[in-house]
Amino acid sequence: MESTGIKTKQKADRQAASEHPSGDKRFKVLDITMKRAQYRQDALIEVLHKAQESFGFLEEDVLLYVARKLKLPLSRVFGVATFYHLFSLKPSGAHSCVVCLGTACYVKGSGAVLSALENHTGIHQGETTADGQMSLMTARCLGACGIAPAVVFDGTVAGKQTAEEAIDKIKQWGIGNEA
Amino acid sequence: MDITELLEIAEKERSHQKPIRVHCCTSTGCRAANSLSVKKNLEGAVKDVGLSDRVQVVGVGCMGFCGNGPLVEIDPQEKLYERVTPNDAASIIEAINGGIATAPEGDLKHPFFARQLRIVRENSGKIDPESIDEYIAVGGYQPLYKVIHDMTPAEVVDEITRSGLRGRGGAGYPTGLKWATVAKMPPGQKYIVCNGDEGDPGAFMDRSVLESDPHKVLEGMAIAGYAVGASEGYIYVRAEYPLAIERLETAIKQAKKLGILGSQIFYSAFDFKINIRIGAGAFVCGEETALISSIEGGRGNPRPRPPYPAQEGLWGCPTLINNVETFANIAAIVREGGDWYASIGTEKSKGTKVFALTGKIRNNGLIEVPMGITLREIVAEMGGGIPDGEVKAVQTGGPSGGCIPASLLDTPVDYESLSNLGSMMGSGGMVVMDKETSMVEVARFYMEFCRGETCGKCIPCRAGTVQMYHTLTKILKGEANQTDLERLQALCDMVKHTSLCGLGQSAPNPVISTLRYFPEEYTTLIKPDVLNGKVAVSH
Repeated sequence: MESTGIKTKQKADRQAASEHPSGDKRFKVLDITMKRAQYRQDALIEVLHKAQESFGFLEEDVLLYVARKLKLPLSRVFGVATFYHLFSLKPSGAHSCVVCLGTACYVKGSGAVLSALENHTGIHQGETTADGQMSLMTARCLGACGIAPAVVFDGTVAGKQTAEEAIDKIKQWGIGNEA
Repeated sequence: MDITELLEIAEKERSHQKPIRVHCCTSTGCRAANSLSVKKNLEGAVKDVGLSDRVQVVGVGCMGFCGNGPLVEIDPQEKLYERVTPNDAASIIEAINGGIATAPEGDLKHPFFARQLRIVRENSGKIDPESIDEYIAVGGYQPLYKVIHDMTPAEVVDEITRSGLRGRGGAGYPTGLKWATVAKMPPGQKYIVCNGDEGDPGAFMDRSVLESDPHKVLEGMAIAGYAVGASEGYIYVRAEYPLAIERLETAIKQAKKLGILGSQIFYSAFDFKINIRIGAGAFVCGEETALISSIEGGRGNPRPRPPYPAQEGLWGCPTLINNVETFANIAAIVREGGDWYASIGTEKSKGTKVFALTGKIRNNGLIEVPMGITLREIVAEMGGGIPDGEVKAVQTGGPSGGCIPASLLDTPVDYESLSNLGSMMGSGGMVVMDKETSMVEVARFYMEFCRGETCGKCIPCRAGTVQMYHTLTKILKGEANQTDLERLQALCDMVKHTSLCGLGQSAPNPVISTLRYFPEEYTTLIKPDVLNGKVAVSH
């Protein structure tokens, strides 16, 4: 009897040791993803995708956790996280605005759309407004060249954008109205 | 599942289909123009008018004319409506019975449609990409059944070799030869990889194929698996294509459920499973060795070749890597025969190629044309030229390609002709530019792209692209002199010949081609030489 009690306790201890001490539910989501991938090291990119989806960005704590769970050196996890453009190590804004700078969009004036947005918000591409309301980003090519220039507002693609239209859109989010 | 069951599914699906089908595009381009609301209203209108027994609304893949979306086509009446708004829906349904539609009607006889020959895109815009039954109803998965039961792997490789198909990723390596190389490797674990990392700005053919007809790609991969002796495949798709990923996942699930993917396919001894790998935004991952490294969960750094992936690829096993469009050709080649495919196109470039026609052109969209068609036919006839102005140049092949001036528009489109012009076929992006576009600016745009996308493993590419970018910026600012121009040319030469992978080797192409065809644009920006600060030595 007693030995079973000890075993259960050991098991609980082991589980507690492997869980994230913060008890944050989002780490549980990560655990499920890693478990589904059988903790294989080649699933690193998928796990980081999931982490970014749950946390919004890859904080150091998350990278440490993933590295430990997948038994990878932190340098390798950090190396992969910094290599790919989609992974962000900085928190992103509540809203996102992604301007496509592919060739077709560029030829049709997406550069002007981007500078208008930069002027309006006072931030450069890749940055987030000081109040954390919006991140302004650029994409290499969204593959929506038929409707160039394309801008993605919070995940929804909008085609044939002019600078005025794009600014109207972010004004609806209440961004830079005082400007 | 055997052939009778497959034919039964096809028959059942065909008998369920209503005589009139209203095709509404639900791909990325038209979705951005609100096509989902259009589809909803069309469905509502069919109910309201009480035509549900004769008419069905189908969400289909890309019809190609993305610039004028959302598109709605009435099949079999051959009517096409462009720029449809949700308010037009009711009138379109009434027009089936002779009413007048409020949406502008498109012309299916326009060269944009009439000059096309569809092999890769034969089902795009005709079937619902989220329904495997519709794919089977148009004869889908019968080629896979045919190879498994009626052909030996060697016969399949021969058929592909005979077709003369070449890699559609852009470099044009003979597909049959690549397959034969992998097939010849000793038996054991082998992999099939489908390269859907379409990073070229200005290209969206792969996205469209994956969104419009995902089963076609899966079938091509399974046939390849059978031919080379692989039991596992990976599709690597860019994360920027969420809809393509979603539809692929659905397609794989459906195919597994019917036993078309998985173990003992069609009651044979052949097993084949397919996994999706999602990229994370790195252009270099389109290079095959970098892509392998990325699938393995690492940084996308290329490695020197040989050994080629066909010998040592994913986890050190022989790996067959082909582009999405290459795999999308396979089922048709098996169905119609290699000789049929070889009868299309030119002597060295067989078959058709899908191009993304974009830029300052009247008709933006996707076209599939036989190889050997001239650029002028594509740009002037199919694309309808530039609304108000003249074509100055056509850029093909993305950052690895070059700009072709208007004077050379009569060049036939095939691998060799484009290479001879200092451009390349590339994945199939075609960006048309007019007089307003500065070629030096375009060269700098591509160099900025390469500078940001180089992986940094080899120095020529890492440092060379940065220096070229700075020099081009200097030229544009009017601060450069003749020496800078010479240095730029020397850099182009050096980066082209000493870089490790295709990204660096082809990065200077946009600069080289603009220097070659538009030298006056550079020279007008160059300051007259002031002896470069050197003092002439008097003897």
